[in-house]
Amino acid sequence: MRTIRFLLQKEFLQIFRDKGMLPIIFLMPLIQLLILGNAATYEIKNIDIYIVNQDRTPVSRKLQDDFLSTKYFTISGYSSQISEAKKSVQEGKSDMILIIPRHFERDLMNKRFDKLELLFNAENGNAASVSQTYAVSIVQRFTRQWEQNHPSLLPTKPQKLINIDTVNWYNPDLDYSSYMVPGILVILVTMIGMFLSGMNIVKEKEVGTIEQLNVTPIKRYQFIIGKLAPFWILGLGELAFGLLAAWIIFRIPMVGSLFLVFFVAAIYLLVVLGLGLFISTLTDTQQQAMFIAWFLMVVFILMGGLFTPIESMPIWAQKITFFNPIAHFIEVMRRVLVKGAHLSDIRYQIMVLASFAVVIISLAVSRYKKVSA
Amino acid sequence: MNSFIGFVKKEFYHIIRDYRSLIILFGLPIIELILFGYAIRNELTSAKIGILDQSNDHVTHQITDKILSSGYFELYGYFQNTKQVDKAFRDGSVREVIVFGRKFSKKLGDGQHADVQLIADASDPNMSRMLIGYTTSILQNYERSIQPPGQHSLLSVVPEIRMFYNPELKSVNLFVPGLIAVILMLVSALMTSITITREKEMGTMEILLVSPLKPIQIIIGKVIPYLVLSFVNVLMVLGMALYIFHVPFRGGFFIFIMESMLFTVTALSLGLFISTTSTSQQKAMMKALAGLLLPTIMLSGFIFPVTSMPKILQWFSVIIPARWFLVIIKGIMLRGVGITYLWKQTLILAVMAVTFLAISMKKFKTRLD
Repeated sequence: MRTIRFLLQKEFLQIFRDKGMLPIIFLMPLIQLLILGNAATYEIKNIDIYIVNQDRTPVSRKLQDDFLSTKYFTISGYSSQISEAKKSVQEGKSDMILIIPRHFERDLMNKRFDKLELLFNAENGNAASVSQTYAVSIVQRFTRQWEQNHPSLLPTKPQKLINIDTVNWYNPDLDYSSYMVPGILVILVTMIGMFLSGMNIVKEKEVGTIEQLNVTPIKRYQFIIGKLAPFWILGLGELAFGLLAAWIIFRIPMVGSLFLVFFVAAIYLLVVLGLGLFISTLTDTQQQAMFIAWFLMVVFILMGGLFTPIESMPIWAQKITFFNPIAHFIEVMRRVLVKGAHLSDIRYQIMVLASFAVVIISLAVSRYKKVSA
Repeated sequence: MNSFIGFVKKEFYHIIRDYRSLIILFGLPIIELILFGYAIRNELTSAKIGILDQSNDHVTHQITDKILSSGYFELYGYFQNTKQVDKAFRDGSVREVIVFGRKFSKKLGDGQHADVQLIADASDPNMSRMLIGYTTSILQNYERSIQPPGQHSLLSVVPEIRMFYNPELKSVNLFVPGLIAVILMLVSALMTSITITREKEMGTMEILLVSPLKPIQIIIGKVIPYLVLSFVNVLMVLGMALYIFHVPFRGGFFIFIMESMLFTVTALSLGLFISTTSTSQQKAMMKALAGLLLPTIMLSGFIFPVTSMPKILQWFSVIIPARWFLVIIKGIMLRGVGITYLWKQTLILAVMAVTFLAISMKKFKTRLD
């Protein structure tokens, strides 16, 4: 026990003595949380619309104003030439074109309407389909108002038969930060855990101090505990710090129990640290360790369901995500914080994470040898 | 000049001899592009839904069939009461629940309003928006199909909608160009970010410093091998984008290669910059990781559109090279435009590359302290 205490003391001294690392450990995550929490939104705003108005009547101007009076559209150009508009899209200056054809008002009187065109730059398919929904609903509102002002044109009113009521549970304002921020916290904790622990032992190898440790009477388990415990504590501290910051800055919901969050985090960190340790047993240089850690990190992040839903992946990719610890912990964070899940709702994730922890740590421990090759 | 060539050779040997780094250099882009090219999608496919049917009559069955056959949804099961609904949301079994009100077909027949409630799990706002959008349009279609004839109004006429460049709205056409940027950034910047720090840490820097090589030669000599390897990477990644993912390529091949090389140089000089300003490999790596990886993924417009971000972040994104490169390659690949449309972004990348190289040169200390 005494040995472990001294080892811990040594590790903490090493971490806190390094003035360059401290800001990386505490400041960097805060900045990232601020930036990424605000950046990660699928909400589509400021759609640049190019308006081609060949009609130039009060009616067409009304439709045009209907578009510009919403917060979604900002005008990027206006002319009567379609070619000008297309050029603007090609240059990337406009996201969509609204073409109001000649005789628009006359066509409306004849109940013909099919010449109105909406053209989108669909490079970003998701953004284009959201913009389309906004645009179509504006056109529909316009025609509804127009019909109401010209009741003579309408034989009988179409009947509204089905009443559709929509409810958004857990997040009625469709606020992206309460979806993204819990996930980003997971990433930050993982980065610290995996990289610091991964690099730590390799650094001792590279610098040569590992030999000194190897010749001491420290037992293998003591060494491993001494190496992992500081980062485990640091990781949990980082999570507490991050949650506090997220609560202050983004007002993210905390519906479920924080105790449950930390309980799962404690298991999750074991997986992450175990992975870091495992990587460090596989490699000889910090460069290699970093590359592997980095590669895993990118795979974990992009396939963790943080930015794009796991359900949208092909089935085989969904199966792969079973092995992604980040995916499980992100799921837990979201369920507990946003939806208020209980222990019984997340017992599957806890079991998976716990078995990962056992497997990876035993693998790492069995690979670590007290002799240098 | 001879000593410079020798130095470049030495750098090449360093990279090629280390087979693990080589695997990373070439294997990583391939694996990542394949994995992410297939896995990163945000289309709605087979979302799990539940149904709470309080009428259980032929109309609600018909609507349920229509919804399930649309291809967007997959039935998780039927619920009997709202308590089960809550539980199913919390443990993540369903994304949306459709609640049919009582006496659905009877109300329809009597000319009253029949009620449907759509409950979505909005903890994922984008998903819930899509789910509700799709379900609503299916319901509205059904409503239209049972309208008595001869009552069509303007509302049933939709404006003509055309989607340029990506008519099927496939997210792969957006994400693969984005991945090219991320991968080039990762490999190039990461590789160089530690080269100089490593020499510092290992003590071999002293040997380099006392050699007759000028600082500029050392720096350029460090970059050249990675530039060559990155060029191979660019070709590989492009080939995969075209032949595996069938991303359209409407622009010029030559300009694509030139722009990619320019971006690679920018990424390499960024890596060098990090390298010269860090004292240990660990710090260099953390800086590269925190400063390059996440911003490149998040602020470049790779997944999230830049124009939707808060103004401050939009200004901030200006300093991210990938943001400009993404505009360029999307322009070349999807819109088929040439340099006349892209000179501004190209110029920005070039200025960035020169700036970072100049700073690295200045920061590069010829003395040890």
